[in-house]
Amino acid sequence: MSPDTAANSYRLGPDERGHFGLYGGRYVAETLMPLISEVGAAYKQAKDDPAFHEEMGRFHKHYTGRPSPLYFAERLTAHLGGAKIYFKRDELNHTGSHKINNCLGQILLARRMGKTRIIAETGAGQHGVAAATVCARFDLPCTVYMGSVDIDRQAPNVFRMRLLGAEVKAVESGSRTLKDALNEALRDWVANVHDTFYIIGTAAGPAPYPEMVRDFQCVIGEEVRSQIVEAEGRLPDTVVACIGGGSNAIGLFHPFLDEPDVRIVGVEAAGRGLESGEHAASLTGGAPGVLHGNRTYLLQNDDGQITDAHSISAGLDYPGIGPEHAWLKDAGRAEYMSATDAEALEAFQLCARLEGIIPALEPAHALAWVIRAAPDLPRDHILVMNMCGRGDKDVFSVGDALGIEL
Amino acid sequence: MSRIAARFSALREADRAAFMPFVSGGDPDFDTSLAILRRLADAGADLFEIGVSFTDPMADGPTVQAGGARALAAGMNMGRVLDLVRAFRAEDDDMPIVLMGYFNPIYRYGAERFAADAKAAGVDGLITVDLPPEEEEELRGPAERAGLDIVRLIAPTTDEDRLPLVLERASGFVYYVSIAGITGTRSPTMADVEFAVDRLRRFTELPVAVGFGINTAEQAGAVARVAEGAVVGSAIVREIGAGGPDMLDRVGALARELAEGVAGARA
Repeated sequence: MSPDTAANSYRLGPDERGHFGLYGGRYVAETLMPLISEVGAAYKQAKDDPAFHEEMGRFHKHYTGRPSPLYFAERLTAHLGGAKIYFKRDELNHTGSHKINNCLGQILLARRMGKTRIIAETGAGQHGVAAATVCARFDLPCTVYMGSVDIDRQAPNVFRMRLLGAEVKAVESGSRTLKDALNEALRDWVANVHDTFYIIGTAAGPAPYPEMVRDFQCVIGEEVRSQIVEAEGRLPDTVVACIGGGSNAIGLFHPFLDEPDVRIVGVEAAGRGLESGEHAASLTGGAPGVLHGNRTYLLQNDDGQITDAHSISAGLDYPGIGPEHAWLKDAGRAEYMSATDAEALEAFQLCARLEGIIPALEPAHALAWVIRAAPDLPRDHILVMNMCGRGDKDVFSVGDALGIEL
Repeated sequence: MSRIAARFSALREADRAAFMPFVSGGDPDFDTSLAILRRLADAGADLFEIGVSFTDPMADGPTVQAGGARALAAGMNMGRVLDLVRAFRAEDDDMPIVLMGYFNPIYRYGAERFAADAKAAGVDGLITVDLPPEEEEELRGPAERAGLDIVRLIAPTTDEDRLPLVLERASGFVYYVSIAGITGTRSPTMADVEFAVDRLRRFTELPVAVGFGINTAEQAGAVARVAEGAVVGSAIVREIGAGGPDMLDRVGALARELAEGVAGARA
């Protein structure tokens, strides 16, 4: 599928088999294939059912707190002296990040399918918390897989998940981070296919997950469209978001893909620098491959073995990327940049001081790019950045990185 | 006739099933792995499944994961696994060898080059765990051109609507995954296995091998009474992992026990 053959639209993917061009697909063991097809069929049905959207809308309004505000970051704008910067305040959502958008959609689907047990994977813990939250709300038992390395650096979120009634299972295999948590969740799913629904946290994995998660996150971009038109009378010139697996980014980007005048920028985690080899920039520093059910850009060696990602942000610390981003990169519709740990730390502190908003380390990467780019842009250039999570969870790791004992 | 077809045909004549051990190629290192293959052959293995290690083996339990990790740590990669097959093949031209693994190492190696090199090294068939028929096009062409069998996995969750699709281009034999789960965890009940194998026979004339959760000679024997092959992986890999100076002897003894369990099953 290319934009040429798809009626000049970038918004028609994936195809029937879950492919975005070369990427995406359904690369899973046979045991899971029938079940994943079932999820695909159930989602298709739900998508066309107004009652499903009505229920989701009701929870978004009264439980999540949507729509989230679009906020003009006046002091940051003045400080940088260039583009007019807006934050989409998805960090104000219930649970503190955009992850709840997706979890709400998926748990409503799980209920429709009659599933009685939920599993999820988590890196930073934001998705795990959101999954545990909706499981509490809808009274379904929840098991969250989390790498033991991440458990150590995200202790507050681990405790939150337990408070919410979830069982947090430490993953000790592989590099003991997000990718291994995903492996372990898939293994659980294979063994419990009859009653279990797997709430994947990002717009990756086997079809229909990349499409489904994107659709649930598109509420971000759709709200931005109407909010910016209300505020400025026109569409933004640039939209920017951080990218780990890429769910907040695709949710912001997708409603703008067919607006040729809107520049689209995703910011990956460059860790200790792209040249250091210790980063999580799959698009910038990886190559196409197959992992976790989809074909996409991956950090891997010449033998096709997956290499460890590194980022100060546990939520970006993943060696893959959603397949639609891989396709958008190759198609040239979106640009993919990166920001280092150090740049994200700077941005984190600057935002706290100038705007009174402590961002999560994930959007601090997007903000780092904004800080780099905005001064060179004209003052009438409207830039919208997704503030996809709040930084309360990160104060310990930031303190640690700055050498401050808390 | 391919080595796989020849072996199953000879076994059918003898009215017995195949004992099919699985080990990760290069676990715990290249030379020891080659010695293990020799022991397995001497003990009465009828077909080898040799694992190509991958960092993220999502269908494998802790035992097979650990074996794969040992092989990777010993510097194994696709090229070295093919070297291992070549080295064994130089001594034994009859043993059917199937490579089992995940798609990414093949994709990275290049499907066309992989199929040609694998065939040249003496590989007879491929099991690619995360490449269902819906996605296998880019490997199927090269594999068929090279003359490699594509062995299909069938799971307890594979329903009758899906079976024809999965079996359509299957060759060599069919691998029935006896439990909905990962390798080396729980064991199936024999009634379930028998029911599933009988169902499969209505859809294919290929030999049916059964694996996942078969740990003992008794279980292998029970499988051998209803299917054409019993695959044992984790139990053998566990012995390799336990190591020690007598590891080769212990692996050999276990393999002999399993082989006898299979060979004597229909007596």
